[in-house]
Amino acid sequence: MRRKTSIIAGVIAALAASLFAAGMVRATDSAAKSGGLGPVVKIHRGEQCVEPTDDMRRNHMKYILHQRDKTMHQGIRTTKHSFKNCVDCHADPATNSVLGQDGFCSSCHEYASVKIDCFTCHTDKRDKDAVAAVPETSTVKGAKP
Amino acid sequence: MSLSRREFIGIGTAAVAGAALAPGLRLVELAQARSPDEAVTSLQRWGLLVDINKCHDCDACVTACHEENGIQSHGRPATDAQWIRKVTLKDKQTGYVQSLPVMCQHCEHPQCVDVCPTGASFKRADGIVLVDKHICIGCRYCMMACPYKARSFVHEVTTDQKPHAPRGMGTVESCTLCVHRVDAGKIPACVEACNKDGNQAMVFGDLKDPNSAITKQLASAASTQLRPDLNLNTGVRYRGI
Repeated sequence: MRRKTSIIAGVIAALAASLFAAGMVRATDSAAKSGGLGPVVKIHRGEQCVEPTDDMRRNHMKYILHQRDKTMHQGIRTTKHSFKNCVDCHADPATNSVLGQDGFCSSCHEYASVKIDCFTCHTDKRDKDAVAAVPETSTVKGAKP
Repeated sequence: MSLSRREFIGIGTAAVAGAALAPGLRLVELAQARSPDEAVTSLQRWGLLVDINKCHDCDACVTACHEENGIQSHGRPATDAQWIRKVTLKDKQTGYVQSLPVMCQHCEHPQCVDVCPTGASFKRADGIVLVDKHICIGCRYCMMACPYKARSFVHEVTTDQKPHAPRGMGTVESCTLCVHRVDAGKIPACVEACNKDGNQAMVFGDLKDPNSAITKQLASAASTQLRPDLNLNTGVRYRGI
């Protein structure tokens, strides 16, 4: 009897584990496809970001941190990795913002529960006069969002 | 290809002559046209000359600065940020009144930089004194150290900042000499407004360029620094005080 119970418990545990794993896979899949359980990230402009999408997902904070110091202290104002260019390109055309419910930055950061400090000082609105520099799609290789 | 001795000397002389003839003007052109990926250098030092004799009861510079940098009043003058202000001087003996704009003086030896515990207050290679708000902890030592009261602390949550002028609660800020405009080859907003709507009392330029308007004006007549006794070698100079 005891043995039977332990076998049943084992089977249930294995089932639960496999279900959980399947759920995780589905979640990451849907995140990549911008639907289902993952965050809904709306891309409004351009086919490609300044770096391949996978790289940007993982390393965007490093790029803007590096650029931040170069701009602040050395006056280097290239647009490729500039924070302003992120906002100019990714702001929602309806709200002109990267924050809000469907905002490009906030939708993913809320999903991942990672606080963004940028917007305590920087504006979340696109520069009305600026034309964001969109990289040429032919030169950048990488996965589409 | 081989060169004879005579040809070599000829080409060499021409190259040296070209380099010797061009420099003054050529360097200015290059200085103006710094590309966005080039770092600022100490070959330049940006400065301002304010002629108090021309400056009257007008606040075009203050309005333009606040508009350009998105500085909003919260209706609390004691704590509202103030990057540039008009100061009135009155000679008690004669009653003669003068008015002058005072902002960050962009010192060569800035005291705000000396006292900053984090390195947030710094001087750029081209002489512009700035606050790196990313590393400012809001201790306000720099505000106490500055003899010109040029710095302000942001007490309130800020919204609707300008994209080129981030400002946030808990950090110190001051005149940036409109660094975003200077980097784009333009003049500061206060100077532009003074030339357009004001009394043409302000000149902006490179203090290290012998051909710039500001250097020529400084060389042609007397000017003074505020508190010259402190030996800070300010980038902002006044005439007529």
